[in-house]
Amino acid sequence: MNSETPLIRKSLESLINEGKSTIKTDIRDDIVSSIYAASKSLCKEAVSYQKGKANRSDALDAIFTSRILGFPIMLLMLGVVFYITIAGANVPSSMIAEGFGWAEGKLTAGFQAIHAPEWLHGILILGLFRGTGWVISVMLPPMAIFFPIFALLENYGYLPRVAFNMDRLFKRTGGHGKQSLTMAMGFGCNAAAIMSTRIIESPRERMLAILTNNFVPCNGRWPTLILLASLFMTAGFAGAAGTLATAGILMGFVLFGIVVTLTVSWVLSKTALKGVPSHYTLELPPFRRPKIINTIVRASIDKAWNVLKRAVIVAAPASIITWILANVFIGDTSILMYFINFLDPFGKALGMDGFIMAAFILGLPANEIVVPILIMAYLSQGAMLEIEDLGKLKQVFIDHGWTWLTALNMMLFSLLHYPCGTTLFNIYKETKSKKWTFMSFAIPTVIAIGVTFLTATVARLFGWV
Amino acid sequence: MNVKKIALAGNPNTGKSTLFNTLTGLKQHTGNWPGKTVVHAEGNVQYQGQEYLLIDLPGTYSLFSNSTDEEVARDYIVFEQPDATLVVVDGTSMERNLNLALQVLEMTDKVIICINLIDEAEKKGIVIDEGKLSSKLGVPVVKISARNKQGIDTLLDTIARLLRGDIQTKPYRMTYQPEIEEQIKKLESRVRELIGHDYPSRWMALRLLDGDDALLKKLHEQIQMKGREVKSYEFGNAINS
Repeated sequence: MNSETPLIRKSLESLINEGKSTIKTDIRDDIVSSIYAASKSLCKEAVSYQKGKANRSDALDAIFTSRILGFPIMLLMLGVVFYITIAGANVPSSMIAEGFGWAEGKLTAGFQAIHAPEWLHGILILGLFRGTGWVISVMLPPMAIFFPIFALLENYGYLPRVAFNMDRLFKRTGGHGKQSLTMAMGFGCNAAAIMSTRIIESPRERMLAILTNNFVPCNGRWPTLILLASLFMTAGFAGAAGTLATAGILMGFVLFGIVVTLTVSWVLSKTALKGVPSHYTLELPPFRRPKIINTIVRASIDKAWNVLKRAVIVAAPASIITWILANVFIGDTSILMYFINFLDPFGKALGMDGFIMAAFILGLPANEIVVPILIMAYLSQGAMLEIEDLGKLKQVFIDHGWTWLTALNMMLFSLLHYPCGTTLFNIYKETKSKKWTFMSFAIPTVIAIGVTFLTATVARLFGWV
Repeated sequence: MNVKKIALAGNPNTGKSTLFNTLTGLKQHTGNWPGKTVVHAEGNVQYQGQEYLLIDLPGTYSLFSNSTDEEVARDYIVFEQPDATLVVVDGTSMERNLNLALQVLEMTDKVIICINLIDEAEKKGIVIDEGKLSSKLGVPVVKISARNKQGIDTLLDTIARLLRGDIQTKPYRMTYQPEIEEQIKKLESRVRELIGHDYPSRWMALRLLDGDDALLKKLHEQIQMKGREVKSYEFGNAINS
């Protein structure tokens, strides 16, 4: 516009540089705390509170977000939710499994009646039907209980308090307080949680939230954890005590996942993603009683049904592919077995086996299908298993040399390993960076391998297995 | 006729938009802020023969430009310089809401504090002494309930009197730690030399200390746009001093 503007710019730049160089430390904290203090003292003078009209929400918040009681209450709630989920899911799970077993028998009879070829029966019934049947009977009941309870807690206004409690921890690790919210989303679905990190404005803190989101179990992994915990971890308990122990173990896994999330956030914010957390305000909505029936119905339909639909859509083709891989032979060994044998030494070093490794690799598209693939792979070895009893499943695992260590490490690997294909795709879409997408694959994988290798080595060293 | 511009600032969920709708009725236009994916809404209101243009700024908790919303709100107040800024605060959580009000008071003199949700606050037993608050903050404080259309006339009357100059404001000035104050003092005079009295120099100095680079760019653009004629010796002084 005129020749003077560059000069203005120059002097402005010299000013800003001076501004930066005069004060060594970040003064934003001082500014903010001065403003807060001023606001507080103004309110002290001009705002008063009548007694006896104490706010119910404030009273509840004093309990739920208290420094002493906040975390124990959170753990208790989590424990109760798990307990109800596991206790409630057992019966319907076996009922659905029985139903599928019965239907499979009828379908097989039907195939025989029309003299259908053996391979068609194999693909459609032993592959597709049995695979999806397992997914539904293992996943549907816990999801149908877990999601509505979660939705109720959310609508009562408790979940924002959880975020508030977690906020302190995340800030201390150099992340953004809102990371607690995106982490909570991750318990539902990591792929969706990656999208939800958009609420974090700072790119650095958003990247932290993306890279660590995978360390909380999504609903594709809940069934794996619940199944293995109830089959192997609580053998010494019976009935309600067993359910309680399972809930306790799941809680332990969730806590471990959160600890890993915080640790990785902390390490990254001290190394590759250096910086200080930015300020933000988390508004706590008032506690209120939700429309209970409405919430339950919507959560069951929206969440449980959609998750199930996705699982079936992904599991169906995967079941067919797994069946084909397990039944196409080169020489006297199936393609699947070549793959499994190749992975076996690696799996053994991590306290698992080649089958489990193959299931995790083939399960990349969706975590929901890891257990079904594993079951199919074990079953393709000869022993036929109809879907009717979850107890029989344990026998299959034990027949393949499983111990508590195998189950523990598979759970750990499931908790810590790379995100599913959908999540990785979303990470790429959101970050537009191949490097960070790769990092979000590599960091969890390295941690998963490291942790399982460690537990396997320690357990073997002490002769626990 | 000269249309007066009134900006509405406030935290999210303070009923700012309810007030905006109550005041403007259907006379609204919405769109985006230039180049931003932030909703921009403005509307007209007439009071005692004076035409006002109300601009609904994005709801924010602070004006540190942590986010696009905050940047849009801040830039509007500082660079567009509305004739008055209404800070809508939530009467049920005064302490948190005043944080934003204090930040606005650093940026402009023409401020009215508008305590909304006063009915809810009363229900919760919160008593606000607006007279005391007004004398402390040095600007008019009006209690309203936008959804019950309570106190709207008083608010409009206050706006009119402020713009006519019947009300003189003396905004509350934040004091920071001595070390920061010293630096502000050092920078402020130089900032004023450079940008004149058109912009809040003390606030600008504070932003410079805070290392707000984006603001520098904005200011530069702004000066370029206005094509301010500044004599070259002034720059010489600014650079050499």
